[in-house]
Amino acid sequence: MAADLVPEDGWVFLRRHTAARIALGRSGGSLPTRETLGLAYAQALARDAVRAPFDPHALAAALRPLAPDVLVLESAAPDRAAFLARPDLGRRLSERSAALLAALPRSDPPPTLAIVVSDGLSALAAERQASPLLAELLPLLRAHGFRLAPLVVVRHARVGLLDPVGSALGAEMALILLGERPGLGTPDSLGAYLAYSPGPGRTDADRNCVSNIRPEGLVAREAAARIAGLLAAAREFRLTGPALKEPPSRPSLGAK
Amino acid sequence: MYTITLGGRTHSFADLRTLLAKASPARSGDVLAGVAAASAEERVAAMYALSEVPLSEFLEHPLIPYEADEVTRLILDTHERAAFAPVSGLTVGGLRDWLLAYETGAPELSAVAPGLTPEMAAAVSKVMRNQDLVLVASKCEVVTRFRSTVGLRGRLSVRLQPNHPTDEPRGIAASIIDGLLYGCGDAVIGINPATDSPERVGELLRMLDDLIRTYRIPTQSCVLAHVTTQMAALEAGAPLDLMFQSIAGTEAANSSFGISLGLLGEARRAALGLGRCGPSGNVMYFETGQGSCLSAGAHHGCDQQTLEARAYGVARAFRPLLVNTVVGFIGPEYLADGKQIIRAGLEDHFCGKLLGLPMGVDVCYTNHSEADQDDMDTLLTLLGAAGVNFVMGVPGGDDIMLGYQSSSFHDSHYLRQLLGRRPAPEFEQWLGEMRIQGRDLRLQPIPGQHALLGGHGR
Repeated sequence: MAADLVPEDGWVFLRRHTAARIALGRSGGSLPTRETLGLAYAQALARDAVRAPFDPHALAAALRPLAPDVLVLESAAPDRAAFLARPDLGRRLSERSAALLAALPRSDPPPTLAIVVSDGLSALAAERQASPLLAELLPLLRAHGFRLAPLVVVRHARVGLLDPVGSALGAEMALILLGERPGLGTPDSLGAYLAYSPGPGRTDADRNCVSNIRPEGLVAREAAARIAGLLAAAREFRLTGPALKEPPSRPSLGAK
Repeated sequence: MYTITLGGRTHSFADLRTLLAKASPARSGDVLAGVAAASAEERVAAMYALSEVPLSEFLEHPLIPYEADEVTRLILDTHERAAFAPVSGLTVGGLRDWLLAYETGAPELSAVAPGLTPEMAAAVSKVMRNQDLVLVASKCEVVTRFRSTVGLRGRLSVRLQPNHPTDEPRGIAASIIDGLLYGCGDAVIGINPATDSPERVGELLRMLDDLIRTYRIPTQSCVLAHVTTQMAALEAGAPLDLMFQSIAGTEAANSSFGISLGLLGEARRAALGLGRCGPSGNVMYFETGQGSCLSAGAHHGCDQQTLEARAYGVARAFRPLLVNTVVGFIGPEYLADGKQIIRAGLEDHFCGKLLGLPMGVDVCYTNHSEADQDDMDTLLTLLGAAGVNFVMGVPGGDDIMLGYQSSSFHDSHYLRQLLGRRPAPEFEQWLGEMRIQGRDLRLQPIPGQHALLGGHGR
């Protein structure tokens, strides 16, 4: 019955070339029931990912086996609603957290890199991808001879938070790993942004980005290799931004 | 200083910029910028005060100084006094009444357009309700031409948007075929490339050109890279139809996009020089969206809707084929929810049409704003009633490259069915010849051996 009402489009075979929603069929000219519900379901997952609560202490506990020195801080955004409406609050630390960082003894020599982990726009992304990524990344960084500042876990951060954290820790470079804006079918994608000489007045144009980090996208091992490559190049050329070109990618062993 | 007393209470507004901002319907971006009205009462007081401002004041008191901003200079230097004459004695509120008058039809609106500045259009929109924005826009007719004719009354065109996360040509072609078989693509087949390089742009333009020639599709191609990347591709011999660029309403915001009015002029001359477009000279495709100036830290204390209208002032100097406001893309810090996105979409479409532009709207939202498909259905339907020139067509409404939800091929077909809107005439004829869509606007069953499925064997 339903098959008669909604004949299959004759070009379903084209789906092997793209993940786009093609050859969906039609009810009259409208989306068939299964497709309209499929779209609603994908959006529901993405919406829930945006609203999901994030427990920075639980993530910090999960990360301690990888990096013993972990700090839990908070941005200036008091809650999720304020975080979404006021991007500027997500780019600053709360007064308490800023004071806490300022009171830390400065390491000598200063750290090569400060790493920040945050829920950003998807707590799921931080919870699912941060550990596997850092498990691949930290050994590469140590092999490069990087001195690492304490790992910082922050709730409600925007990309720009890497500047105040990086400069407060006196780090030569800063890296932030945070949940990207959830898309349909990608509720848990992590993004990585890095900046050489982090500090006030820096913008997106001073940063480099590696995005779509998740098992179905850029897998942890390859993401770690790209981020480590960019950080090593940033240190060598003393800059980040469009002028820093990524080294040509090599297929990594064991990756699909 | 503008002052008004309402209910025994006096409200003052320091200057025109402040008055416009406070009269703007509530939205998160104006709150973020710190320019929004402090209360509902103050907002309506500002609307009253704004309604009494003579239109001529917008010519005498630019919101952003003439010396400081080339967009202001463009707006004032190209203002046509003769076209302005029929409304020159009116206030902002008077202009609303004039626009709604039975006697004001498409010819009057088209004649007055060069006499209106973007700030006048923004101002009058602020004292208009959604129904006013729909009704007046529906009276405007702005027609542009390349291989297809877009914007004729009773027609609705679609930009086919076949994006792919790695620009895989076969993946893009698969989405294009899907869209064509759903009757979409008469405004443009426009790809947002994942990689902004002249080589990639050239490759994609050649693929589109092949497709358009092979199947004799009466439409035009575009690859939405930065204007300088497209110019480099064009110099290397790429078959470019439309030159694309995102634009904004202030010189500083445009500069953050890496463009200037001079560069846009150069890009247009380069595209015209290829001789692919007819006498219309409609070779440009612009995209805009409220909030882009604030996002670039270049808003000069103005509200985001007024600055959006100034972007249309930039667009109209270059006689575009298409102008597309990407209304819900920027996120909830600028437009928080479905209500704000719907209002902004109607404002943008109205202001663009009033200024004489071929307006389309990307009816869209991101998953971190308080909006869903039902809100988009509402906006799409209202825009159809308002006579929008074109909307987006994205497979299943899910753009897998840009990560947001837009209107689907099915959505545009819904609107054509509901309102009896036909595709662009050349494209409608092609759809008939290809047995894709009949005169009754119904999609036809597509046999497995259809020509469009030929070169893509199982």
